[in-house]
Amino acid sequence: MALLEITGLRKAFGGVLALGGVDFHVNENEIVSVIGPNGAGKTSFFNVISGMFPPDEGQIVFDGDNIGHHAPNEITRRGIARTFQTVRLFPNLTVLENVKVGQHCRTRAGMWSTILRTKKQRAEELMIEEKAKEILGFFGTRLSGYRYDQPAFALSYANRRRLEISRALATEPKLLLLDEPTAGMNPRETGELTEQIGQLREARGLAIVVIEHDMKVVQNVSDRVVVLDHGIKIAEGTYDEVSTNESVIEAYLGRPAGSTDE
Amino acid sequence: MTDRRYTRRLGWIGGVAMAFMAMIGMIEEFNERLLVSPFLTLGYSLLFGIPLLVGWLASKGVPNPLEDPIRDPRRGAITGLVTGAIAGVIACVPVILANSLNLTRFLLNMRPQLVDAMTFDLGVPLGIVALVATSAVVGALGGFLFGLPETVRKGISTAAMWVFGVALFEAVVNDLFDFMGRGLNVVYTPFDALQPWAAVIIGVLVYWLSTKNRGRVKEFTEKVKEADPRSRLRRSLIGLAAVLVIVLPMLLGLIINELLVNVTLFILMGLGLNIVVGLAGLLDLGYVAFFAVGAYGTAVLTSPLSSAFTPTLNWWVALAVVMVMATLAGLLVGTPVIRMRGDYLAIVTLGFGEIVRLLLLSDWLTPLFGGAQGIRRIPGVSVPFLDQVGGTRPQLFIYIMMAFVALAVWISHRAQNSRIGRSWAAMREDEDVAEAIGIGTVKAKLLAFISGAIIAAFAGALFSAKVGTVFTNSFDVLVSIIILVVVIVGGMGSIRGVIVGAIVLIGVLGGPKLPGLLVEFTEYKLLIYGAILIFMMLKRPEGLIPSVRRSRELHQDESQQDDWMDRAGRFGEEPQPATVEA
Repeated sequence: MALLEITGLRKAFGGVLALGGVDFHVNENEIVSVIGPNGAGKTSFFNVISGMFPPDEGQIVFDGDNIGHHAPNEITRRGIARTFQTVRLFPNLTVLENVKVGQHCRTRAGMWSTILRTKKQRAEELMIEEKAKEILGFFGTRLSGYRYDQPAFALSYANRRRLEISRALATEPKLLLLDEPTAGMNPRETGELTEQIGQLREARGLAIVVIEHDMKVVQNVSDRVVVLDHGIKIAEGTYDEVSTNESVIEAYLGRPAGSTDE
Repeated sequence: MTDRRYTRRLGWIGGVAMAFMAMIGMIEEFNERLLVSPFLTLGYSLLFGIPLLVGWLASKGVPNPLEDPIRDPRRGAITGLVTGAIAGVIACVPVILANSLNLTRFLLNMRPQLVDAMTFDLGVPLGIVALVATSAVVGALGGFLFGLPETVRKGISTAAMWVFGVALFEAVVNDLFDFMGRGLNVVYTPFDALQPWAAVIIGVLVYWLSTKNRGRVKEFTEKVKEADPRSRLRRSLIGLAAVLVIVLPMLLGLIINELLVNVTLFILMGLGLNIVVGLAGLLDLGYVAFFAVGAYGTAVLTSPLSSAFTPTLNWWVALAVVMVMATLAGLLVGTPVIRMRGDYLAIVTLGFGEIVRLLLLSDWLTPLFGGAQGIRRIPGVSVPFLDQVGGTRPQLFIYIMMAFVALAVWISHRAQNSRIGRSWAAMREDEDVAEAIGIGTVKAKLLAFISGAIIAAFAGALFSAKVGTVFTNSFDVLVSIIILVVVIVGGMGSIRGVIVGAIVLIGVLGGPKLPGLLVEFTEYKLLIYGAILIFMMLKRPEGLIPSVRRSRELHQDESQQDDWMDRAGRFGEEPQPATVEA
């Protein structure tokens, strides 16, 4: 049984069909890349899975339950975390606070225990802090030490991406959805992050779905590649299979040179 | 812009401000309050405060962050003289108009008394010359002061502030003197003005002390700031402040304590609203509704006079019931508006506040709430050994108020730095993302609404116990707005800010119904509120004492640049401007 099993997923915005009946699955501990040209419906696909938009039709079964019409926070609580294509941190919270706030759905302290500062609440706060530091430690010293208390907006672009991944990890997901994690990074940083995505799977036993434009990243990280075009899955398979698929080449990788007039 | 044009412009702005103050009758009204005997009145000090300020600014020159302004007393005095003269000439316009035409039908204050006030009772031709001359001289003084070396300048301004303060806040000083011994209040004339010799003594004394101890105060505050929160220095300071807060009401008289009760009432409501607006980012313009729930709830439950339902409970029992009622009211408002954001939320809550007031006034509920008659004979807070403490004993009531303020501070402080406070902050920053990372925004919003509602209900319960009667006109929109202004001016999301905001606005200028320390300002209170709000929005949008997050939010660009420069200088770190390539 797959961790995430999607059948016949449809979503239209007015007259625009963003997703036209997509079947998709992710197994435990698997990394799947979703690729496709701009406007293919990749980000809409993520938005529907993470509950930001309800699907029009189709089933989304995660861990045995249909989560199709749950609220985003409920879906996160069940174990799907995501990052955004346009990095969306809480810019005025500090680095540490951004990760701490990610643990919200895994912690319990309520208003009363907060006001009375019960033993349990203090222990929980300590745990939250330790765990936030541990998660940030995954990226070495890039987000640690003096960075803890810096506001998120002061970070460089690559660090913002890293922090967003850290925040997603703080929700203790089983499935991580990464929307173009390497966009805007330089080649060295891209290589580093590609490696780290692999490590995430090893160390935390995560299943990961990545939307990516950088074919080198796709080739390096994915067990399986799914290609979307105009909201429809046009191919699926290993990188080598997909990259030689005729319709994929036509839709996405471009026609071979010489086939056009110029 | 050249310096000359800048000077001219400042002169114009100052003159228009002076003319405006004259035309709305401020000068006449404030001239009735003598600050320093025999001639310096509040009206003149405000009127000529303007040329002093523009003279100072003109001498400073066009603002330029890259260069230090030139300080030269002679040059400054000349620039100030010109600026002040321009302002004075413009300020003459309403005087001449009022003298030659009868405009009282359109502008009530354009009457002979205005001419007298502005011309120092000298009549038109001579008085106008005197007005322009005074304005020019004061302007020159402003420019001259700016040119002086720092020690002298700071000394003079501190001395002037002290003299002005001691004269202005005569009521407080007198109360303190009253305690220390009758003889000391000879510094004031029988008409509450400072004696000229006393003004000189205070001025010289303060000047001497401030020049002698220059830098020491700053040094000390730095030291306190850097000290560990658990250090002896910090602790003894906190202890000292606590002792002061406890002892001060005993030294002050009835009237000042009455005023303090009013201030603490607004601190309490400000802290409640701060949770809703400052921490959770939900703009609630109908906050007074919860205040009304607390006040009317307590009134009905404790007063023997409300006709339909008179359980005449003990105040503390009523408080517990009212807390439950406030929770329900918070849920009632919160639930339908939970999906709304920003402006829409503000409008709906504004409507809700009015609905509550109109319901209290309605015929339908008159048997319970007394309609326009309100509810009377509400007993005070019952305290062991002291019987009932109500508004007639403000010197005791203030301690009850302070206890509740302490409770509200405690709640806000703990909530702010916790899991719940973080979820509010996240929601304020980006609601969609907050939802996506697992925060139940519905629950978080309701929690904020309810916490705010309960604190407002505390304030309401205390209010009805203090006043003894409740009428619907204590709960109109203006109260909501003023609480919001207190929070904004003080600093959104900042506990200390709210406290300072309430002291400055409610304590000094006066609240929506009661006058503040400066009784003379009552009539112009809302005008000054507006002016303060505009000034704050332009110059210090984060408030008087900003919260860290809020000031980050408003100064992102600057700190981003600072950080970039920091990083560029840091070893082993690649400086990376945030570029979006995707």
